[in-house]
Amino acid sequence: MSIITTKAVTKVYNPTTIPVEALRGVDLTVEQGEFTAIVGPSGSGKTTLLNIIGGLDRPTDGYVEVNGKDISKLNDNRLIDFRKDNIGFVFQAYNLIPVLTAKENVEFVMLLQKRSKAERDARSEELLTAVGLDDQMDRRPAQLSGGQQQRVAVARALASKPSFVLADEPTANLDSKSTANLLDIMARLNKEEGVTFVFSTHDQRVIDRARRVITLVDGAIASDERKES
Amino acid sequence: MLTKLAWRNIWRNRRRTFITAGSVMFAVFFAVFLRSIQEGTWNNMLDNVVNFYYGYAQVHREGYQDDQSIDKAFEITDTLKELAAIPSIKSIVPRLESFALASHDEHTTGVMVVGTQPDEEDGMTQLSDRLVQGNYLDADDKSALVGLGLANYLKLGLGDTIVLISQGYHGVNAAGKYAIKGLLKFGSPELNKRMVYLALPEAQRLYGAEQLVTTLALNIENKEATSKVVSAVNKMLGKGHYEVLDWQEMMPDLVQAKELDTGGSYLVLFVLYIIIGFGIFGTILMMTEERSYEFGILLAIGMKRLPLSIIVWLEIVFIGLIGTLAGMVLSFPLVYYFHINPIDLAAMGEDVAKTYEKFGMEPVMPAALDPSLFLTQAIIVLLITTFLAIYPFYKINKLDPISAMRR
Ligand SMILES: Nc1ncnc2c1ncn2[C@@H]1O[C@H](COP(=O)(O)OP(=O)(O)OP(=O)(O)O)[C@@H](O)[C@H]1O
Ligand SMILES: [Mg+2]
Repeated sequence: MSIITTKAVTKVYNPTTIPVEALRGVDLTVEQGEFTAIVGPSGSGKTTLLNIIGGLDRPTDGYVEVNGKDISKLNDNRLIDFRKDNIGFVFQAYNLIPVLTAKENVEFVMLLQKRSKAERDARSEELLTAVGLDDQMDRRPAQLSGGQQQRVAVARALASKPSFVLADEPTANLDSKSTANLLDIMARLNKEEGVTFVFSTHDQRVIDRARRVITLVDGAIASDERKES
Repeated sequence: MLTKLAWRNIWRNRRRTFITAGSVMFAVFFAVFLRSIQEGTWNNMLDNVVNFYYGYAQVHREGYQDDQSIDKAFEITDTLKELAAIPSIKSIVPRLESFALASHDEHTTGVMVVGTQPDEEDGMTQLSDRLVQGNYLDADDKSALVGLGLANYLKLGLGDTIVLISQGYHGVNAAGKYAIKGLLKFGSPELNKRMVYLALPEAQRLYGAEQLVTTLALNIENKEATSKVVSAVNKMLGKGHYEVLDWQEMMPDLVQAKELDTGGSYLVLFVLYIIIGFGIFGTILMMTEERSYEFGILLAIGMKRLPLSIIVWLEIVFIGLIGTLAGMVLSFPLVYYFHINPIDLAAMGEDVAKTYEKFGMEPVMPAALDPSLFLTQAIIVLLITTFLAIYPFYKINKLDPISAMRR
């Protein structure tokens, strides 16, 4: 069973004033273990698509199923719970809560899931070690570089044991070294732990690392390529 | 970790926290100070009248308060004598009070004649302390003490004779001549102009009311014991014959004036609350605005709106609490100082002092040291803060994570 299925998803912003058709009938399935990039020119609908898959926004038409469940029908509170337990988010920047340390940021989602202190400790340390920040756990976001912050964000996204991780241009604010480093970590987690990643990007070097590249043009899928590996 | 989150957020923007807590502090400080001075001044004035004349409670014949006629005089029965046994009653001062026309040479004026037992009277109202000339009364004195203002008006000196004319008990003629034994000075100008004190037996002779009194003033240990004493007295005397009044019932005008003035000050405080409230609301607005990105992230990663709102609410309430406590702590020494050293209006010039005296008030403003004043103001300001802190609930409830995170 595919973990994400979208069927004829459309999104129209401002339907009553100046309608903007951000998505026009997107059919998409994502399988467990994919490492997929969504690319396309600015304004092509990448962010809109990720928001809808992530349950942050609702489609105007069509539906989204995650693990076989139609999420467009959930009410606000249920949708929040759904996001907490099923999806890991990495945003472009400023992902973290400024007053919490790296470790506390990672722990936070598990706290929302009411995991025990021992489990939270163990998992946050394990994840921060996996992203190479075992010596920065007690730092606050302001004391970390942009690349380090994004690695904490990846660790946090994984903390809740989500079905998949959505990342909207996670490297947009990073230099090339940090970009490569973050991609290495994501690729390794994907390969070794089987974590599913769906991310959007403009960066050719990031696109090159993806195993599946979906290109959006004007809110519709223009091409969908899978690479051998 | 949620409390940790709230706690750290409080100290994240120290300056804003201090400014907010500071304005709360100022509100509490100012309100407590204002109310303490006001309450203290009024209490001082009431105490003056109460301590220097009325006493905390009095017993009369039923109906005397409404119609203060000498015909309502009564005998001191054994039951009435037994009142002295009630705990908290230190002594009972019997008085025969009525009005008279007083004259000396060509001058005549209306006066209040108080026949009293000199020793008991002195024990309760320290009347002898008010002597500025002459001597205090003996138990069966045949002479009189008069207020300084009255003496001036009638041009009386020590040893001069004052003539009192009135209607006595059940319409008998009342007339007498009394040598002036002493002059009394009262804080209240009204008393100064009106008072004539006689020994009780002499007053009873004047009014043809042998063995009768109009008033038993109860000398009670302290103000707080008043209501307890009044109910004990009521129980002993039963219904119908006598009326037992506490000082508030004896001086309804004064009590009402105090309430009116207190209401007026709440109007001033209300304006203060509003100004401070707007200030606090401003910081709350700024704070929620500034953090909406962060709120967006928290909603996105799975935090529910209600717990998030509660945390933010707690942060603000906590800041309010700090300010409130600081305000109480800060105002205490000041209030305490003015409690011990009342503001002296005479120092502000003759006119101010004169104006106060004209209204029968002593020209001093002591601060009341009353914990309930501190608490009331603290609670009011804290409630305002708590109420304003509801705003984040509204804000977070309608927050859309996507728009919040788009900057
Ligand atoms: N809240 C909104 N209201 C109105 N129009 C919107 C809104 N959000 C996005 N759009 C429009 O929808 C279209 C798709 O936007 P979207 O942000 O999904 O594109 P994108 O591919 O992520 O672009 P970029 O590469 O610049 O991030 C654009 O035309 C955009 O202007
Ligand atoms: Mg985008």
